[in-house]
Amino acid sequence: MATTLEPPTGEAAPPSAAPSQLGLERDAERAESRRGFLIGLPSLLYLVLFFAIPLGIVFVYSFGNRSRTGRTILGDWTLSSYERLFSSLVMQITGRSLGYAILTTVVCLLVGYPFAYYLATRPPKVRGILLVLVMIPFWSNLLVRTYAWRVILGSDGPLVQVLGAVGFTDVRLLFTPFATILGLIYGFLPFMILPLYASIERLDFSLVEAARDLYASGWEAFRRVTWPLSRPGVIAGSILVFIPSFGAYVIPEILGGSRTTMLGSYVVLQFLSARDQPFGAALSMAILAVMLASALLYFRSGAKDVG
Amino acid sequence: MKRMGRTRRWTAGAAVVALVLTACGGGEGDAASAADCELGATDGDLNLYNWADYMDPELLAQFEEEFGVEVTEDVYPSNEELFARVESGGAQYDVIVPSDYMVDIMIQEDLLMGLNFDAIPNVDNIADEFAAPPYDPDLEFSVPYQWGTTGLGVNLSVIGDVEPSWDLVFDPEVAGELGGRISLLDDPRETMGAALYWLGHDPNTTDEDELQEAADVISASRDWIAAFESNQYSDLLLGGETVVAQGYSGNFLDNFGDDEDYAYLIPEEGATIWTDNMAILADAAAPCTAHTFVNFILDAQNGAQLTNWTYYASPNEAAEEFIVDDVLDNPAIYPDDEVLDNLFFLEDTGDSERFYTDFFTQAKS
Repeated sequence: MATTLEPPTGEAAPPSAAPSQLGLERDAERAESRRGFLIGLPSLLYLVLFFAIPLGIVFVYSFGNRSRTGRTILGDWTLSSYERLFSSLVMQITGRSLGYAILTTVVCLLVGYPFAYYLATRPPKVRGILLVLVMIPFWSNLLVRTYAWRVILGSDGPLVQVLGAVGFTDVRLLFTPFATILGLIYGFLPFMILPLYASIERLDFSLVEAARDLYASGWEAFRRVTWPLSRPGVIAGSILVFIPSFGAYVIPEILGGSRTTMLGSYVVLQFLSARDQPFGAALSMAILAVMLASALLYFRSGAKDVG
Repeated sequence: MKRMGRTRRWTAGAAVVALVLTACGGGEGDAASAADCELGATDGDLNLYNWADYMDPELLAQFEEEFGVEVTEDVYPSNEELFARVESGGAQYDVIVPSDYMVDIMIQEDLLMGLNFDAIPNVDNIADEFAAPPYDPDLEFSVPYQWGTTGLGVNLSVIGDVEPSWDLVFDPEVAGELGGRISLLDDPRETMGAALYWLGHDPNTTDEDELQEAADVISASRDWIAAFESNQYSDLLLGGETVVAQGYSGNFLDNFGDDEDYAYLIPEEGATIWTDNMAILADAAAPCTAHTFVNFILDAQNGAQLTNWTYYASPNEAAEEFIVDDVLDNPAIYPDDEVLDNLFFLEDTGDSERFYTDFFTQAKS
């Protein structure tokens, strides 16, 4: 690695000017840089090994061909997998996934914001207890908790029985889009609450008081002070909810009964059933692009507003 | 730190290229050739790659004791995963247990070793029905291990005595009356296959009009199909969420136990029969031990012990006298000849596989 630490010629200070001091400074800088590199090395290796290389393989495979037997032929590169992304079926599934993910994000925000606000304005002791309550679901696996929803929503489950008692008979909840979206909201709500809490908690409430002193109504003070200042939390929370909802696989499979295919399931189908790895890889790359684009868009719009 | 960026990216890029190159190299399988093995010979420990819960551990212990080798068993959840694992080469397995269509694919990919039947005399124990399967007509590369069918599990206490028919899931006048308590498999070939049987078409059709027709049947049935479910169908049936479920014979029978409220039916319009087969990988490290193992499993008593343990039917005819009556007299495990004649293998349709996937995905949502 030593060679890469050589400063590029353009930036280099003239070595002859004050050799001893500059040399010392440079040594310190080098040592600092080397230490930083060493500290970062394990995570760097981890990312390269388990993220960059696999992603590279997916990228390469997406240009491959499916042999008649379902093997992936590399070489003879083609864009045909990417062309299939524009078929009406893929469009339909993408539209559904987008719709579900947006709805999930909006509901999580509507439910999560008041809760995070409440949380952040409690005395520290209560706050601690409430925070633990938010995180308790993480103590058990999402898969287990999603299966529990199967029982709750099942046709002999408590929810259907309550609905039946108040006059809604023959209601079906399990294996409907409602069940899928409910599961997504349930699964990802903490990811909305925690960043919201973090940014509201940091908010200087004397600013809100100042707004009120200047005769701003409660709503006005929220709109012009609290909301803009909590925007970073809104953005972070929305991205943390939107991205996993868009690519969700486990929740729609378990609660949707596979009647509402989302993109995640369609990708799995390519690998485990159609044995069409190039198309599955192309789909994955497309999902990645959509996520990246929406995250960038969101960050940019957020950054502008916050100033 | 900024300057290191370039190096980092370059290293990653090189690694990708290197990996891709290895992957390409691995693609060229060795030509299959029969191993020169004596009866009962061993040439090392055995690595078995099998489905989960599909081998009596006692049998492995007996084999280890009798031949003085060690057996290591790994399991896979699907044929596709098995294929992905052995296709790239470097998987250190000797004996694998692929299903019918996957045997066909693996033969085409030169992944399997031709079997030397001098070392497997017990092949004579195999019943005639399984001696010439469509995916490996002369049993050159595989011998059947266990077999079963794909049909319907039903809750008799709710639906009463019914004809075994796909009407139970597709006919509006039968299925439509079940209050939406039906599940079908979430499997393009099996589920489209069910609709094709009901329509009287070939379950291996590549005719797009017939596939469209089958997709329309599934799509029209969505009003009363609760879920497309490949893993939990048996639990949903036993839990009362469904009353009719499409699924695999052994799985249902294993879960039903002695409960007489439940039954497994093989629809009369036709149903899928499948086999899992023992095969030896072309690059097996211990081909002779592998042959000896295949011969060991095909032994009459060992074959019976396997079936008594798995509750799946054995293709081993000589084993039948040692199989417990519970299994042998159960028409859901050992159907009579009339039903047997109406069972079909799902064969690989090559480039048409994607039509099954896409028609099915379209139909169910």
